[in-house]
Amino acid sequence: MPFNPDGRQADMLIWIVFFALAAFSGLTYWLGRRKALASAGGSAAGLHSLPNYYGTYVALWVAVPAALLLFLSVSFGGRFEHALLVAKAPVAITGMSVEQKQLFYRDAEAMAEGKQASEVIYEGPVKAALTQKSLEAKGYRDKIRMGTFALMGVLALAGLLLTYPRINAKFWARNRVESWISNVLMICSIVAVVTTLGIILSLVWESARFFQTVSPGEFLLGTHWSPQIGMRDDQVGSSGGFGALPLFAGTFLVMLIAMLVAGPVGLFSAIYLAEYAGPTARAVCKPLLEVLAGVPTVVYGFFAALTVGPLFREGFNALGLMLINGQFHDLGLYLSQVQNQMALVAGAVMGIMLIPFVSSLSDDIINSVPQALRDGSYAMGATKSETVKNVVLPAALPGIAGAFLLAISRAVGETMIVTMAAGLQAKLTLNPLETVTTVTVQIVTLLTGDQEFDSPKTLSAFALGLTLFVVTLLLNIIALRIVQKYREQYD
Amino acid sequence: MTEAAIPVSADKAKAQSAFEKRLKARHATEQRFRFYGLMAIVIALSFLAILLTRIVTQGVSTFTVHSVAIEVPLDPARIDRTNLEGTNFDIMVADAVLAKLGEKDDDFGTKSEKVKDLISPDFGFQLLNMIKANPAIIGKTVSVSGPLRANADLYFKGEIKRSTPEEERKLDNQQIDWLTKLNASGAVKTGFNVAFFTKSDSTEPEQAGVLGAVVGSAMMLMVTALLAVPIGVMAAVYLEEFAPKGRWTDIIEVNINNLAAVPSIVYGLLGLGLFINALGVPRSSPLLGGLVLALMALPTVIIATRSSLKAVPPSIREAALGVGASRSQAVFHHVLPLAMPGVMTGSILALAHALGETAPLLMIGMVSFVPGVPAAFTEAATVLPVQVFIWENASERAFHERTAAAIMVLLVFMILMNAVAIILRRRFERRW
Repeated sequence: MPFNPDGRQADMLIWIVFFALAAFSGLTYWLGRRKALASAGGSAAGLHSLPNYYGTYVALWVAVPAALLLFLSVSFGGRFEHALLVAKAPVAITGMSVEQKQLFYRDAEAMAEGKQASEVIYEGPVKAALTQKSLEAKGYRDKIRMGTFALMGVLALAGLLLTYPRINAKFWARNRVESWISNVLMICSIVAVVTTLGIILSLVWESARFFQTVSPGEFLLGTHWSPQIGMRDDQVGSSGGFGALPLFAGTFLVMLIAMLVAGPVGLFSAIYLAEYAGPTARAVCKPLLEVLAGVPTVVYGFFAALTVGPLFREGFNALGLMLINGQFHDLGLYLSQVQNQMALVAGAVMGIMLIPFVSSLSDDIINSVPQALRDGSYAMGATKSETVKNVVLPAALPGIAGAFLLAISRAVGETMIVTMAAGLQAKLTLNPLETVTTVTVQIVTLLTGDQEFDSPKTLSAFALGLTLFVVTLLLNIIALRIVQKYREQYD
Repeated sequence: MTEAAIPVSADKAKAQSAFEKRLKARHATEQRFRFYGLMAIVIALSFLAILLTRIVTQGVSTFTVHSVAIEVPLDPARIDRTNLEGTNFDIMVADAVLAKLGEKDDDFGTKSEKVKDLISPDFGFQLLNMIKANPAIIGKTVSVSGPLRANADLYFKGEIKRSTPEEERKLDNQQIDWLTKLNASGAVKTGFNVAFFTKSDSTEPEQAGVLGAVVGSAMMLMVTALLAVPIGVMAAVYLEEFAPKGRWTDIIEVNINNLAAVPSIVYGLLGLGLFINALGVPRSSPLLGGLVLALMALPTVIIATRSSLKAVPPSIREAALGVGASRSQAVFHHVLPLAMPGVMTGSILALAHALGETAPLLMIGMVSFVPGVPAAFTEAATVLPVQVFIWENASERAFHERTAAAIMVLLVFMILMNAVAIILRRRFERRW
């Protein structure tokens, strides 16, 4: 998996080396196994471990360090080469701007790879410098590659020389191999932690750069959001365009509408499935609801933008025309001009998306309420609905609250539906018929297309992402706490 | 009780009737409550039905296409042999169509321009390729067939109607007359839209297909599967079977549960900040998309694997340990193989979810227009859900039916993956 494409030939070379390493470690596996068997007089019975373990032990030490080196070199070799290349800038380009220099080096590297350079025309000393640098780049690249291959050979041989002599019938090969395995397993489980750290670091890092130009107070409480203004070089940041309050309001509004749809429908579905439906109805309805949950969000977005949006607009427009010139003339006038993109459409469709989420979580929680509570209530003569309302729901309430919190966190982080159906205008409003924009929509808009990583416009997306991450994390932690605490009570 | 007998019985009757009334009211409430529940289910399922029907009705017309066969005389005077690429084949095709219609182009080329709006530029490319393959055909008349332009296609599908006022439709009266005439002459054929499955994205709706996106999705899912499944399974095995129970394991566990609920768009930011800016992975490549989605799918795979490892009864482990197997032998030879159906089911479901994911891919540059099929993991590619997003944003109406059709393709793939997961579960799941 070469991270920096160096042309087909170079890729081929890397694969050849990789397979050569694989073949060599296969050979050493066979060698180690053979030596172990020979030392026990040809029968596995005299060995401490099974013969395969001896082979594996040798092969691991031969293959793994060399393969790691290859991986590192392929991943980071290009950056190393670049660092070497820019270490000494030629005199000819000292007068250039930062972007021009970047382009210059990119062209030099492209030339070294035999690829098409940019369309910039270089002349005179700059052209000479470019040719020289491209040769230099090629030299560095070849040196890095050959160095890697040579070092890989050394590592593989060293692995063989260190492990092969130790092999004899009394050697505890199995334990060695197993400690390898358990280390590898542990590293895999650390990946999850590293991911979290990666998320936090990349968000915090870029946000910190953003907060150097815009103060956190202004970002969180400002009411004017127009990041496009800050794009010009001469008026970087702090032009008053980074107040995210309208985005938070928009997100809240859409979330509220979504929960007004998903909450009652989801909860009542769960109650019906858990308390009333027979086994056949359950067997049919639950998978169908799961289908609703499995539909990709982009499909919901398409549905919202091209079906629900026009439908609602036409409905409101018709209603508005009816009201015009009547008692509610102004309202009618307003309704007759409602647009496709409104908070109501995005919220309603998001609500549909969340129904299965709310219902399956609530269903689990209602089912975990002990039957004894229900039986007690029935014995007192309560009907089923009275039991549900007075016994089951109060007992399940904390769990259901947790489920709702999880659904809210989903709604806040949902992107595609709002991107396709809510709109882009940052308005501080609670009117569901208005076009609003949300945090996620703005992140998408700010980061699609060309990006300059120094402009506060791009960096503000990371600040928004950090806010989103913190809010959803808090919601999740609280919700999971509640759900778990509640489960423990009855288990 | 000192009251008289008759009033008592009257009271009793009264109480009885009040009781019956109350009971009736309670039963009515009961019925109502039950009805609400049923309605909720009906509403949820009818949303599903409406959603799917809408998509099918919007998209199904994509699968038929109207094509036309035209005899084009390859006039040597109009073909520059030294510069084939620069020859205007489109105008020759347009003239051939006009000839077929019994019309003649005027001096300003107004009519041929109008014809060009009806016939796909694909004809021009076909002629170019034919001449490149066999220059001897110059001077002869060749027959080429290809799709009508999107708007003409929409006319035959009834999406553009003559009854609409002329200025509000994409085709004027003359163009519609021509189309009717062409159709009457039997030149217009209706067929299955093969091109939708064999071509990639294009700026011309009639030439746009999903092949590039399907291949891109497949490559990306391959990267995701190769990373998320082994790492996820190994992490779960460690946490479930090897890890010492303690603070560190608890931290990892809480961490994984929270990661599973992080909004997908945050993973896109991670991809941008870490993989693109810090590690230099090429933008919009299947490799990058696969890496980001692998991190996203990882918690799901870990959680699914852990629960299926938990479902294997301890007696299996103990029996293996009892006959002298080491811990890792017990796990890898006995517990994990028995948990495998559950692991596979969970992994496939996680991958199906990753297949439909769009938001993080928008952050890492996958929205760019990619006209071909990606040849390498580091090349720019697009994937099915992003293709849906791109086409939904396109202004041409013909792209909207293609969007719905692309969604149908996407849903078919997701249904297939889910079906495999269900079959695996049914076929191999063991209850202890």
